[in-house]
Amino acid sequence: MPFLLYVGVFLLYPTLVVVAGAFVDSEGVPTLDNVRTAATGPYLDAFVRSLQLSALTAVIGAVLGALLAWAVVTGRPDGALRRVVTSAAGVLAQFGGVTLAFAFLATVGFEGLVTVWLRDRGLDIFAGGAWIFELSGLALVYTYFQVPLMVIVFLPALDGLKPQWREAARSLGGTSWTYWRRVAGPVLAPAFLGSTLLLFANAFSAYATAAALVSQGAPIAPLQIRALQTSEVIIGQQNLGRALGLGMVLVVTGVMLLYALLQRRTTRWLR
Amino acid sequence: MSVRLFRYGILLVLGTFFLLPLFAMLEFSTRGGLEGGRDLSAWRAIGDDPQLVDAILTSLQLAVLTSVLMLVLLLPTMVWVHLRVPVLRRLVEFLCLLPLVIPAIVLVVGIAPLYSWVTYFLGDSSLTLTFVYVVLVLPYAFRALESGLSAMDLRTLSEAARSLGAGWGTVLLRVVLPGVRGAVLSAALLTVALVLGEFTLASLLNFPNLQVAVNLIGKRDAALSIAVSLAALLLAFGLLLALSIVGGRRRTSREVEPLAPTPAPATDGVRA
Repeated sequence: MPFLLYVGVFLLYPTLVVVAGAFVDSEGVPTLDNVRTAATGPYLDAFVRSLQLSALTAVIGAVLGALLAWAVVTGRPDGALRRVVTSAAGVLAQFGGVTLAFAFLATVGFEGLVTVWLRDRGLDIFAGGAWIFELSGLALVYTYFQVPLMVIVFLPALDGLKPQWREAARSLGGTSWTYWRRVAGPVLAPAFLGSTLLLFANAFSAYATAAALVSQGAPIAPLQIRALQTSEVIIGQQNLGRALGLGMVLVVTGVMLLYALLQRRTTRWLR
Repeated sequence: MSVRLFRYGILLVLGTFFLLPLFAMLEFSTRGGLEGGRDLSAWRAIGDDPQLVDAILTSLQLAVLTSVLMLVLLLPTMVWVHLRVPVLRRLVEFLCLLPLVIPAIVLVVGIAPLYSWVTYFLGDSSLTLTFVYVVLVLPYAFRALESGLSAMDLRTLSEAARSLGAGWGTVLLRVVLPGVRGAVLSAALLTVALVLGEFTLASLLNFPNLQVAVNLIGKRDAALSIAVSLAALLLAFGLLLALSIVGGRRRTSREVEPLAPTPAPATDGVRA
């Protein structure tokens, strides 16, 4: 079966290289040093910042994305608005990376549209430093692809809300607020949480935006891996990169498992 | 009424947030030189930069190669699993979704040693990225094909074809493929969009594709990079919009068919 062979070579083998590499030194002798180093000092800091960045943008993205999805779904199901928004969301959520970094450089970079416009009015948005190239800049650009992803994954859940439920709630004397609080809210909650987790994993795995935006230093874990991967200085650092990679895989796996659990709950009501 | 206002408010605010950077890209890439004004020099320069043209061609070829290899590898396997060995269904699904938990940046770390072998055997061509790109698109392609395959009565159709003397090749090409045309198209378009936007693997395996070139050029000529980025975004948007229109038409035509009784919309009047 060529498929299994292919996946074995190009997916399972690399995974194995990462997992096994994390636990050996450059001579191939088993050691815990890589893992220990990866869990200390600048590597740990980067990891924590990665988690914070992912959590922040996941929550912002989830809230804004859910609102946008709601605004779209209350329109006509086959209307132009919905079609354009879902297609645009698909592009912005998946296409990603470098392109979006440049989009924001054109907007709020040193010579960006908004920067120049505000500067002409005496406002310097970089008075506090070159934030666009730092963590807050990353958070801004990440939000730009997190919201569309939320729209994509949350729309089906909103579509699953049956108009009959709202009518039932109303005929029993409930207000719009009661409906959202007692019916739609609880039904949507697992989907919302699950989508938020997906967004978290998405931000945590993202690399291209950060790579294009941050050329110096390595504030987040993927950039630490880049630094280790591209530097030719010390041999044995390779396995440190693998240990960091293993850490990332573990985080994403944990998040995705939770997501799968919530997904199972979601489908109970929304199908 | 206030709900309606709230809705327009959301659309306005988020619409601005999403359109502003795109507009800024257009503005930035059409800035005139020192004397100000507007010109299209950055857009014209796209065709004049051999490095960029090469990268664009590479990415386009990668998109085609990846789509083809993905289909050749995945579609027969999935059909075979559906018909012959449903036991393996879970395994294939697991393998296909596995890339979702392995960030591309980690995949690079694991696959870099393998690529020294790939380049040793196949030469140092950017097109070898196809191999790892197939892995990258597996989850998306799998989902698209899976929904297509489960929507058709694969077993009956293939048995009918077989009993009329068709070989497996004929079944695959003349029965299954036309049946999942839509799913194949959407899997291929997703693949194209993903490959055109891919940066991580190309960059760290040192193969210049479109995104790597854009990133590199951005360091000396931001306007050019921004022009290319906007063009790529619009291209991907066009692809997905076309897909949604094709897909939407399919969905509405299928909605007429279902035999299952749909709940009567008796209470619809209440909503008004």
